[in-house]
Amino acid sequence: MQKQEFTITLYTENSVGLIGRISGIFSRRKINIESLNTSPSEVEGIHRFTIVIQENEEVVRKLCRQLEKQIDVMKAYYNTDDEIVWQEQALYKVPADVVTEKVYVERLLRQYGASTVVIRQDYIVFETAGHREEIDRLTEELNKYGLIEFVRGARIAIIKNSAGIHQKVLQFENREPSPHIVENEYLDKRDNVFTM
Amino acid sequence: MNTLEINEQKDTRSAEAIEISGSKAVLEALLQENVDTVFGYPGGAIMPIYDALYDYSEKLKHILVRHEQGAVHAAQGFARVSGKTGVVFATSGPGATNLVTGLADAMIDSNPLVCITGQVYASLLGTDAFQETDVINITTPVTKWNYQVTDATEIPEAIAKAFYIANTGRPGPVLIDITKNAQLQLFDYLGYKKCTHIRSYRPEPEIRKEYIEKAAQLINQAKKPFVLFGQGVILGKAEDEFKSFIEKANLPAAATVMGLSALPTDHRLHVGMLGMHGNYAPNVMTNECDVLIAVGMRFDDRVTGRLDKYAKQAKVIHLDIDPAEIDKNVKTTVPVWGDCKKTLPLLTALLKENDHSEWVEKFRELEKEEIKEVIHNELNPTTDAMTMGEVIRVLNELTNGEAIITTDVGQHQMVACRYARYNHSKSSVTSGGLGTMGFGLPAAIGAWYGAPEKTVVAIIGDGGFQMTLQELGTIMQFGAKVKILILNNEFLGMVRQWQQLFHDRRYSFVNITSPDFVAVAKGYYIEGEKISERKDLKAALEKMLSHDGAYLLEVMVGKENNVFPMVAQGTSVSEIRLK
Repeated sequence: MQKQEFTITLYTENSVGLIGRISGIFSRRKINIESLNTSPSEVEGIHRFTIVIQENEEVVRKLCRQLEKQIDVMKAYYNTDDEIVWQEQALYKVPADVVTEKVYVERLLRQYGASTVVIRQDYIVFETAGHREEIDRLTEELNKYGLIEFVRGARIAIIKNSAGIHQKVLQFENREPSPHIVENEYLDKRDNVFTM
Repeated sequence: MNTLEINEQKDTRSAEAIEISGSKAVLEALLQENVDTVFGYPGGAIMPIYDALYDYSEKLKHILVRHEQGAVHAAQGFARVSGKTGVVFATSGPGATNLVTGLADAMIDSNPLVCITGQVYASLLGTDAFQETDVINITTPVTKWNYQVTDATEIPEAIAKAFYIANTGRPGPVLIDITKNAQLQLFDYLGYKKCTHIRSYRPEPEIRKEYIEKAAQLINQAKKPFVLFGQGVILGKAEDEFKSFIEKANLPAAATVMGLSALPTDHRLHVGMLGMHGNYAPNVMTNECDVLIAVGMRFDDRVTGRLDKYAKQAKVIHLDIDPAEIDKNVKTTVPVWGDCKKTLPLLTALLKENDHSEWVEKFRELEKEEIKEVIHNELNPTTDAMTMGEVIRVLNELTNGEAIITTDVGQHQMVACRYARYNHSKSSVTSGGLGTMGFGLPAAIGAWYGAPEKTVVAIIGDGGFQMTLQELGTIMQFGAKVKILILNNEFLGMVRQWQQLFHDRRYSFVNITSPDFVAVAKGYYIEGEKISERKDLKAALEKMLSHDGAYLLEVMVGKENNVFPMVAQGTSVSEIRLK
């Protein structure tokens, strides 16, 4: 099975040290985390991790099961890039004279939808958001004009086929025991059964 | 405020608060969780809890071990035998780090433990204060859950959560680290409420009826069904359900090391032990069965050998409470998620009564081969030197499978697991997953406290015994009536066996000399004897078993005996070698 980019989304309690417990699950298996973002979710008190890794699907599926097994993790999902809407943010610091003197740079920034964050006599800071390839292309171009500094934020992603965590939270907050036997609509759809 | 007054208010969760210290809240929580025995070692950062314990000594038995590793292994032995949660106290820094081996052992073997460690004052956290270590981060990979308490008001809820997590679903060790200020802090105590629900924790997956139907269908159609059972049967208290399950359709069943004693050894459908040093028949037949039914086991590499050649012909049904175990190592055809106490009866109800006697007989035929090639000579040797197997045989004759047997790790462990008889569940205590040398003696102490009415025999090698022999001091002081049977081959035997078989007999640092173990025991006022002649074996074992109190028997056995059969690493289970 070939490695590809997967985005893992975790819904968790907002507890101290959880990030260490989660990152340990990756590092123990010598899997590099390409990008990690944590933020509040749409539900107060529930945090959302967005983690990007390069792995094959079988490994990712097993990882998600291990992640979901953690006491403070409510739900783990994994998705390929075409199953999510995702963004990364980037900040670029470029010499002010280059932008003011070379119209081409200004055009470039317009082309990539960058906006100005800070203008100083010596430099200008632009901000943009997009897919990694777009950010990489702009970075490459600006490098030609003396890019002073560059930083990219971690990926954030929304799963296209997800109803969010609202319904799940109700299920998780339910203190009554679940019925022991439930109908399983996915009996013959193995992949769906095991999709986190 | 004395303990009685607190206890009087505890049941009703009175709205009227009483002011108590964090330390007392810890001990109140333990009483509410029906804890009666704690294994531990005091130190500076846990002194307030020990100070409070002074007033609770009539209700809480505290066993002062000689090393924190001993405390956690003892708590494991206690938990494994009693079915309760083992509790450990340790101080900060070195005290807490000494727990790590035992935590890792408990984690991999699914033992329910609650370890409470003292920590430096919250104001000193992160300052490299005296005896400060980052216990939470150190223990994160080896605990099911851990939590640091820095304020006394958190204590009741944290401990309630700890017990709930440790003992539900797939059990495991939990650690609560409590800063000294929180132990000393007075707070308004409103009583203790047991935890029954955690929002983000679902200990039992939902049982899916369709999967049970599918599994039953596969078993009913199978010509050569084969059951593998692990500790999950014991942890789920599903021994009776398991027996009914295999008996209804006459399914041959083999135990993992951790599953030993879940089914009586002499049961007509018990066809032996699986794995690297397991029995010949179940290993070979794994690659011949058409349906493999795994119950509460996790397909450890010591069980499967080479995964790419493991039971490829079989449809696999896997019953487990931990969804993460499904497909982890062996691809499953039908997963049956859930507590096997609940899933097994559902499955049994759908089974047809079936006669697989011809298939079961094949196991017995291969067993005869193993008896001829290995077992007979191991149990009835004609060599001058005694074998480990014959010692276990005589022990079986004297205990009739009624004893609780704890083992350390190594050749003696595999021999004990292969040949010891078990009539009752929870009577085998061994370090299966982590393979921790030094486990056997402290685990036996804990096992005895878990079942003081039983005979507890710790079978230990000369190497492993020297790793935690300081716990003889615990036996001396607290009177655990543990029988210690040292099988001394003057080697680190299992490593030597591997060096012999796979490293051209280059015996690199496996020749270990031992002290006069009997004299050491006598130094701790423990009776003992050393024998090296076969003629003395039975009488010596009888003397050990009949002695009222702890006893150490050292038996000198053959130096270069090997444990066979063996599935060499990197080979298939069906390539198991008899010699």
